[in-house]
Amino acid sequence: MTSTAGQPIRIAFAAEAAGRSALVACTLPRSTTTYPDDLLLGVYRRAQTIAMVGASPTWNRPSSFVMRYLQQKGFRVIPVNPRALDAPILGETVYPDLESIPDPVDVVDVFRRPDDTPDIARSAIAIGARVLWLQLGIRNPETVRIGEEAGLTVIEDRCMKIEYGRLSGELAWSGINTGIISSRRGGGLR
Amino acid sequence: MTDVDDQPVAPPLAVDEPYGFATRAVHAGARPDPVTGSRNVPIHQTTSYVFDDVEHAAALFNLQTFGYIYSRLTNPTVAALEERVAALEGGRAAVAAASGHAAQLLAFYTLLEPGDHVVAARQLYGGSLTQLRHTFARLGWHATFVDATDPAAVEAAIGERTKAVFVESLANPGGIVVDLEALATIAHAASIPLIVDNTLATPALCRPFEWGADLVVHSLTKFLSGHGTSMGGVVVESGRFDWRGSGRFPFLASPDPAYHGLDFIETFGDFGFSMKARAVALRDLGPALSPTNAFYILTGIETLPLRMARHVANARLVAEFLAGHPTVAWVSYAGLPTSPFAELARRYLPAGPGSVFTFGVKGGYEAGTRVVEAVELWSHLANVGDTRSLILHPASTTHRQLTDDQRVAAGAGPDVIRLSVGIEDPADLIADLDRALGRATTS
Repeated sequence: MTSTAGQPIRIAFAAEAAGRSALVACTLPRSTTTYPDDLLLGVYRRAQTIAMVGASPTWNRPSSFVMRYLQQKGFRVIPVNPRALDAPILGETVYPDLESIPDPVDVVDVFRRPDDTPDIARSAIAIGARVLWLQLGIRNPETVRIGEEAGLTVIEDRCMKIEYGRLSGELAWSGINTGIISSRRGGGLR
Repeated sequence: MTDVDDQPVAPPLAVDEPYGFATRAVHAGARPDPVTGSRNVPIHQTTSYVFDDVEHAAALFNLQTFGYIYSRLTNPTVAALEERVAALEGGRAAVAAASGHAAQLLAFYTLLEPGDHVVAARQLYGGSLTQLRHTFARLGWHATFVDATDPAAVEAAIGERTKAVFVESLANPGGIVVDLEALATIAHAASIPLIVDNTLATPALCRPFEWGADLVVHSLTKFLSGHGTSMGGVVVESGRFDWRGSGRFPFLASPDPAYHGLDFIETFGDFGFSMKARAVALRDLGPALSPTNAFYILTGIETLPLRMARHVANARLVAEFLAGHPTVAWVSYAGLPTSPFAELARRYLPAGPGSVFTFGVKGGYEAGTRVVEAVELWSHLANVGDTRSLILHPASTTHRQLTDDQRVAAGAGPDVIRLSVGIEDPADLIADLDRALGRATTS
């Protein structure tokens, strides 16, 4: 799916609308939103600093994988976790909330339950972030509405590491379908 | 059972494909090399890859970053092939293996614990029947074989420990088409995946994910490679099965003590199955595909849509010729209007039901063996999906390990001859068969 407008595309699926979810009980709920590659590329190219809400100090948690990967790609990642203030995570000071971060934040990347995300959206707006990114499996229409009404780009149900890897071609190294076809040389995004 | 006609035609696919099938067959997975600009995919004939430093090595081994370690796990040429097949099937990810049998081993190992069970088509390819019935049974994986053309029989065979339904979209060797959408509905009602061996159809003719299948396996050796050059296999994941929600797959969707507590579904989401199949099954069982074979198969796939159109056109002409031949007792080709599978074929294989099918020669076992020895142009060998036309007497070869009853159930009775119709001039193929049938039934 591509769009030249650079805007998310909302899709309604007949099966879900008809309430037939029981028929596909073990089929994953389809993401209702797809994002043009250009929109995601713009997020990565304009971002310097990412605040990661729910960053875990435990090295084998998904948030730690994502933080470390984004650091390797040249982003500064600031962890936010009120229960992990004792020690730095991957070399970065941990803050209890977004409002406590002293530096400008471009992207707020969220590893929290969907119910927690509307308040995180309000905080992201308050600190002047331009992008609110909800990680894989996290969806909340209220959060999207709050963010978009304030002019933020809101991404939901996507992983910042996986999408970077997909767009850069690194994801294809593991046999994953990136959906990218091009006769130009591949390479990094930044 | 639910009324399948009342359902949406197909679940949405995990990846939206921006280009058409023939374009993907040529380009998917094969972006020019970022360093050299090499337009074709290089053969990365290397066992291993240098690390930047110790930290980079650790991150790779922990699966924290993307990259190459060792060609038993990943290789750039093999990865290009994996992405291409995933793109053609409309899947999320793929893991290649040394053969189709190896791909089935990876799929089953990732899903089954000792004592678990699958419901499999009794019409599977004979090698698959033997793999499941004897070799997998020694690993504690049990199979019940049922008539896959009878969805109610499939449903009735599902039990507490059943972890998958396994069928071929177009069965080898019998010209049998199964009702994929009905089987997917039955499997999903039991919270288990439908695995489809799509080897004989290829994604050029049928894409099982569009009908609700969850995993697709292939012998790449056949039509995808297409030229009889290279062994290979692949397991493709749709990205749509909810392994955690199912509750039947703790190996996939809970912390893995053998992988520092990593939960593959939580960490990798809709390609978690493929990551587990690679990082554990391929790593520890070891049936990696060689990069040179991957290159040959990639080259073959570039012409897949062209070849399949020709295979199907030739198969139809050969089947019609045989159906009218006085020495032929019956022809089992789903493309003939008289086939009991003609309607299913029109639905699932609208461009044609492949080019592998069977016929029965009057005179039984003896006449069957004489036909395969009398041909001149057709090659008597145990393969399908070559540019060359192939002929085989299954009862004396591929299905030899089965009992008489099992052979009949698998569509490989004593009089059965299997054809894999190639892309030669159809008149030559028909003339050669005509000569052989005449010789075999008069001598």
